[in-house]
Amino acid sequence: MSSADDIIIRSTAEGKRELTVAERAEIDHELTLYPDRRAVGLEALKIVQKHQGWVSDESLQAVADYLGMSAHDLDGVATFFNLLYRRPVGRKVILFCNSVSCWIMGCDRIKEHISTRLGIDFGETTVDEEYTLLPVPCLGDCDHAPVMLMDGQQHRNLTPELIDAMLDPPKVRGGDQ
Amino acid sequence: MTSLPLTRNIDLQRGPLAIGDYRRAGGYESVANMLRDLAPADVLELVKNSGLKGRGGAGFPTGLKWSFVPTGDGAPRTRYLVVNADEMEPGTFKDRLLLEGDPHLLLEGMLIAAYTIQASTAYIFLRGEYLTAEKRLRHAISEAKQDGLLGRNILGSGFDLEIILHTSAGRYICGEETALLNALEGKRANPRAKPPFPQVSGLWGKPTIVNNVETICNLRGIVEFGVDWYKGLGVGADAGTKLCGVSGRVKNPGCWELPLGTPIRELLEDRAGGMSDGYQLRAFLPGGGSTDFLLPEHLDLTLDYDVISKAGSRLATGTMIVLDDRTCPVGMVGNLMRFFSHESCGWCTPCRDGLPWVDDIFRRLERGDGRPADIQVLTDHVEYLGPGRTFCALAPGAMAPLGSALRHFRDDFEAHMAHHRNADDAGGCPWQR
Repeated sequence: MSSADDIIIRSTAEGKRELTVAERAEIDHELTLYPDRRAVGLEALKIVQKHQGWVSDESLQAVADYLGMSAHDLDGVATFFNLLYRRPVGRKVILFCNSVSCWIMGCDRIKEHISTRLGIDFGETTVDEEYTLLPVPCLGDCDHAPVMLMDGQQHRNLTPELIDAMLDPPKVRGGDQ
Repeated sequence: MTSLPLTRNIDLQRGPLAIGDYRRAGGYESVANMLRDLAPADVLELVKNSGLKGRGGAGFPTGLKWSFVPTGDGAPRTRYLVVNADEMEPGTFKDRLLLEGDPHLLLEGMLIAAYTIQASTAYIFLRGEYLTAEKRLRHAISEAKQDGLLGRNILGSGFDLEIILHTSAGRYICGEETALLNALEGKRANPRAKPPFPQVSGLWGKPTIVNNVETICNLRGIVEFGVDWYKGLGVGADAGTKLCGVSGRVKNPGCWELPLGTPIRELLEDRAGGMSDGYQLRAFLPGGGSTDFLLPEHLDLTLDYDVISKAGSRLATGTMIVLDDRTCPVGMVGNLMRFFSHESCGWCTPCRDGLPWVDDIFRRLERGDGRPADIQVLTDHVEYLGPGRTFCALAPGAMAPLGSALRHFRDDFEAHMAHHRNADDAGGCPWQR
């Protein structure tokens, strides 16, 4: 295999793509851990998402073909789990806990601060495609509420000041004015 | 011997023990002794006699659960052990402590459980957001493999065990054990009809035991020090210790290992430091988001499964969520209803349609659009979504805080509809004005 196989989304026809070498290798490893190919569906979609940033229709079809299942069946799984993104997301996804302990500790105020600073509500991505803001069920860090997870890092005891230090407002595209 | 079998090695400042240090502190000796001296049936008796109850929420006796796995010549050869590490109950943060703090304790417990039911493959079903736990578990599993504690012919006993770490991708319903099995099989995580129970027909139709992380972490101590020691840990009716947490407006929120039977007051006042300055205790959920509210008058009850049940709630996960006097109880329950409505898997009609209806009423109450019939409609839902009316325990769990809130905080609900009695009142949440 040439290294050209490893580029992101290699289209072979309109609306189609093949899995990359790296994606296939990781999916093949997962296949050794389960007695049934379809059991790997969720893992395979997570692998594709790790490489591509999200799960496009083309990625979904490619995974379904590779595992020998129908794309519709696999999409039933993809749309069930909230950490699988069937639409493009920003480079950083903010998983913001709004469950009960964080709510008691004032997470609504922090969420409003983030929304104002980034100009996005839950389910939206900043204009510079840097951040996507999503609610997430209790992150299990209730003694440090309010909390959020971003870039693999749990951020605890959130305050508006911490948010300001952490999140840059969206960059406006360059131009004369 | 230790009085803190779950947290004896945990020091969050230094991270988990590497396998060498863990073994020097007596780790995996229970497994070596078990494989040398005990038959699987002996371990089952030990766990049955210990009185260990499941720590995931339901409190079902662990040994009894295991005893339903078919044995004998006609029984299926393939069996599975699955560890439920999908901690997502609102206000619950106890399994994280064990997973991040002492991953080898979990693996050691898994060896004991898998040997007892003679499973040679075990899965850890870990929620996708627990990234630190994932890293530490992967490391611990590879250390254990290198030391010959996992894999084939463990310590020359002829017993084999592979542990596979499965990371999930969200959804609260995956914590329901049959929904978890569907997710592990790569399907949508809808719960399954019971019977058959997983012990008979579980993962890929094979006999399967699903146990919570904390339950499994109790096993090492039971094999290591015995039933009498284990029973002696509890100071009330129940055996052993329990991880107990407190969150909300308290001085020192956190999670501690306490003897079962400890008074709730000791947890709240001595460990969590009491209420934060300027806040009074109004009520609390004793064991996560799907338990009934208890009141300050219940503080002298003990942390025992039966004691909390008799008071009308559940010990469940043992992680207490505190409602203070400056937080709106209707808003708090509304937050929980939004959570449960969002997390319904949509499989059965009462849950799929009932929870969004309840959620919608809370949203209207909040913004001053409450209707006179709303309290009755909510009360009806507590019955219609109660135990036995739905496919699994999600909706009945959601109804626990709702039903008890309607009993204890009726005036607060009424206050959200003051505009029906007083034309000058704008309605909505009086705490927001």
